[in-house]
Amino acid sequence: MTVRVAGVLAYTPEIRRLLELGLTPGTVFRVVRVAPLGDPIEIALRGYRLCLRRAEAASFVLEPSN
Amino acid sequence: MPCHRTTQTHTNAPIVALVGNPNSGKTSIFNRLTGRHQRVANYPGVTVERVSGKVRSGDRVLEVVDVPGLYSLQATTEDEIVAVQAISGSIERAPDVLVCVMDADNLERNLFFFSQLADGPTPIVVALTMTDVAQRRGRTIDVDALAAELGVDVIPVVAHKGRGIRELLDAIEANLIHARPARRRHQEFLSRRIENLKDRLARSGVDVASAEVFEGLTDRFSELRRSVDEIPELRAAVHEAAPEGDPDIAARYDWAAEVADAVLLDKTPGKRWTTTDRMDYILTHRVFGLVAFLGIMFVMFQSIYSFAAPAMNAIDALFGWLGDLVSPLLASTPALQSLVVDGVITGVGSVMVFLPQILILFFFIAFLEGTGYLARASFLMDRLLGWCGLNGRAFVPLLSSFACAIPGIMAARVMPDAKSRLATILVAPLMSCSARLPVYILFIGAVIEPQFGPLWAGVALFGMHMVGAVVAIPIVFILNRSVFKGRRLPFVLELPPYQWPKWRDIGLTMYNRGKIFVNTAGRIIFVMTIVVWGLLYFPRDERAMDEYRFQYARLPAVEREAMTEETYVQSRHIRDSYMGRIGRAIEPAFAPAGFDWRLTTGILAAFPAREVVVPALGIIFALGGEVSEDNVDLRHALSKAIWPDGSLLITPWTAIGVMVFFALCCQCTSTLAVVRRETNSWKWPVFMFAYMTLLAYGFAVLVHQVGRVVG
Repeated sequence: MTVRVAGVLAYTPEIRRLLELGLTPGTVFRVVRVAPLGDPIEIALRGYRLCLRRAEAASFVLEPSN
Repeated sequence: MPCHRTTQTHTNAPIVALVGNPNSGKTSIFNRLTGRHQRVANYPGVTVERVSGKVRSGDRVLEVVDVPGLYSLQATTEDEIVAVQAISGSIERAPDVLVCVMDADNLERNLFFFSQLADGPTPIVVALTMTDVAQRRGRTIDVDALAAELGVDVIPVVAHKGRGIRELLDAIEANLIHARPARRRHQEFLSRRIENLKDRLARSGVDVASAEVFEGLTDRFSELRRSVDEIPELRAAVHEAAPEGDPDIAARYDWAAEVADAVLLDKTPGKRWTTTDRMDYILTHRVFGLVAFLGIMFVMFQSIYSFAAPAMNAIDALFGWLGDLVSPLLASTPALQSLVVDGVITGVGSVMVFLPQILILFFFIAFLEGTGYLARASFLMDRLLGWCGLNGRAFVPLLSSFACAIPGIMAARVMPDAKSRLATILVAPLMSCSARLPVYILFIGAVIEPQFGPLWAGVALFGMHMVGAVVAIPIVFILNRSVFKGRRLPFVLELPPYQWPKWRDIGLTMYNRGKIFVNTAGRIIFVMTIVVWGLLYFPRDERAMDEYRFQYARLPAVEREAMTEETYVQSRHIRDSYMGRIGRAIEPAFAPAGFDWRLTTGILAAFPAREVVVPALGIIFALGGEVSEDNVDLRHALSKAIWPDGSLLITPWTAIGVMVFFALCCQCTSTLAVVRRETNSWKWPVFMFAYMTLLAYGFAVLVHQVGRVVG
C-alpha cells in the first residue's frame, strides 16, 4: 500500500521527530508490514525502513497515492 | 569516589568529533581509527557516555570523540542534548573538525542532518559509508558531484577493510590547517519556504518581516523559534499557515531529495526483493518470525546461563586455590589471614566471577546489533512491552536479567531514550537471577518437597521465577506515571539492511564492557565484600573463643562427631559478631514476617551477595560454611529448627515468605555498583535498594500473615 503524507494534525516535539526522520508532507511511503502482535508498523520511505507505532502514525493526515 | 571519572581534556590535541545518524557506521570508523586505545567515561553530571580515543596522524595526535548518534540537532532527550552540546562545544572544548558520517544507502536522511551541521561554524569532513551496500542495491554515488554540492571533502570509507581511513585523516589534517566552508545551498530552499510562509502568515493577520522570520527559523536558539515552539497560539498560527508543520525541516528535505537524486549515478532500480526483504519475510513473519525469535533468545539465554558456568566455576576454583595457597603463609596472624583470604581474595573473586556472563551477553548483543537483528527483535516485541510503558528494546536486557541482572543492566544501553532505559534498569533486578536459585532449591528441598511432593516443588520453583516479573509490570506502570513523568519521544526504530557482523567491532564492545565492569563496579563490590567480612569477623574476643572451644570439648560425643570444633566456634561467634548483633537487634522488625534472628542474620549477611545466604545459614546452623543448597543436613536442620517456645520455625508459609523475600529484594552489591556506574549517580542505586527492600519486606509479611489466617 502506498500512502502520501498530506499534513500533520499538530506540531509537537513528538511529531517534529517524525518530520525530521523524513515524514514531511508530500512524502510518499509504502506500508511494508505490521508486526505480528499488531503494532508497530514498518514503512519504507526515502530509501530506508522505519517502524512507528499506530498511535504516532495517527497524528498524520494521510491520503492514498498511486 | 573511586569510580567517578569525568571528562578530562588536559592536552591541547585537536578534537575531532565523529557525528552522524544512528546506524551510519560511525562506531566502525571510530574503532578503526582508535583501535584498543579507547576511553569510556561519562560527560560531567549526566549518564551519557563519552567515548574517545587518540589517533596519530603525521606528527600530530588527534583526540577522536564518538558522539552519540543523532537524527537532528534539535535535541529532546538527555542523550541528544549532550550530543548536541558536545558538537557545539558548550559541554567541553569545542571540536576542531566534525567528521559527518553519512550512510550512502540512506542519503536523504543523512543529508538532512548534514544541512544542520553545515549551519554551524565548525569545518566538516564527510565520511561516506556503506557505499558497497548501496552499490549492491543499484545506488552508485557520484562522490565528486556530492563533494561539489556540499562544498566539503567527501571520503568514501569502508571501515572494516580499512579503506579510506588514510584519506579521511588527510582531509581532517587539511581542514585543521585551512578549513573548507560548507556551501549551505539548502538555505536557498529555506528562504523560498520562508517567503511562502511570510505570505501566508500575512494573510492570516500576522505581520512578520521576511528577514526576521528567516533569522528566527534558521537559528534554533532564536527568540522567534522558541516562541513558535512555546506559545500555543503562535504555533497554531504557524501551523495554520504552514500545514507542513515545520518549514525548516521541509526545506531541508526538499534540498536533500534534490541532491540525492542528482548524485545517484545508477538509477536502475535494484532487485525488487533484496536479501534483506527475503530475510525479513521470514524473521518478522507472524509465525516463523516469532519462532525464530524464541529460538535465538533461547540460544542466547542458554549460553549465558550454562556456557558461562564452566568459566565461572573455573574462576571460583582459581580464587579458592589462591586462598588455600596464601592461607598457610599468614597462619601466624589469624586476623590478617582471614582478611586476605576471606576478604580480599574472595572479594576479587566475586568481581571476576561475573565476567563470563557479561562477555557472553555482550558478544550476543554486539552480534545481533551488528547484523541488524536486534532492531527486528524490538519490532516483534514492542507491543508486548509497550503496554506497560516500556518498548521493544527492553526485551533483551530484561531477558538476560534472568541469568544475571548485571549484564542485563549494562545491556539497557541498547535503549536510546534515557527514561525508558532507567525504567528498564530499575526493574531488571526483579527478574529472578541465577543466584536466587540456590535459595529456592534449599527451602523448597527443606520444606515444600518433603510435605507436598515433587509436583508442588516444581510449581513453587516456577512461581518464584514469575514473582519478580509479575511485580515488575505495576512497578514500571507507577514509575512512568510518577518518577518519569514528562515528554517522551515517540518510539521509532530504523530497520537497517542485514549485514555480516564486524568481528573487530564485536571484540571491542566485549573488551570495553568487561573493562568498565572491572574498573568501576568492581571497586565498589570489592570494598563491600571487605566491609561484610569485617562485620562477620569483628568484634573478636579471644577469651570468648576459648570459652566456645571449652564448651565444644564438653559436648556429648554424638554431637561432637556431627561437627568440628571450628564449625561449632564459628556458629557461636556469628551470634556475637556485629552482623549477628544487628540481626538480633532487628529481629522484632522481621517478626511480622515470621523470621527469627537466625533467618534475619542470614538475610543480612546476604545483602552484599544473595548467594552468601546458603553458607551463612550453614554457619548459623553449625554445619560450617562449606555446605551447598542440596546439603541434606542443612535441609534437615532448617526443617527441624524451632522457636524458643518450641513451635516450628520454618513452616511452608515461612519458606515461601523467605523465598519471596529473596525474589524481590535487592541483595546484590554488584547490581547497585553497576547501577551507580550506568546512571552516573548514587540516587538511583539508593532508590532501587529502598524500593526493592520495602517490596520484599512487605510481601514477606503479607505471605506470613496470609499463612496465619489460612493456617
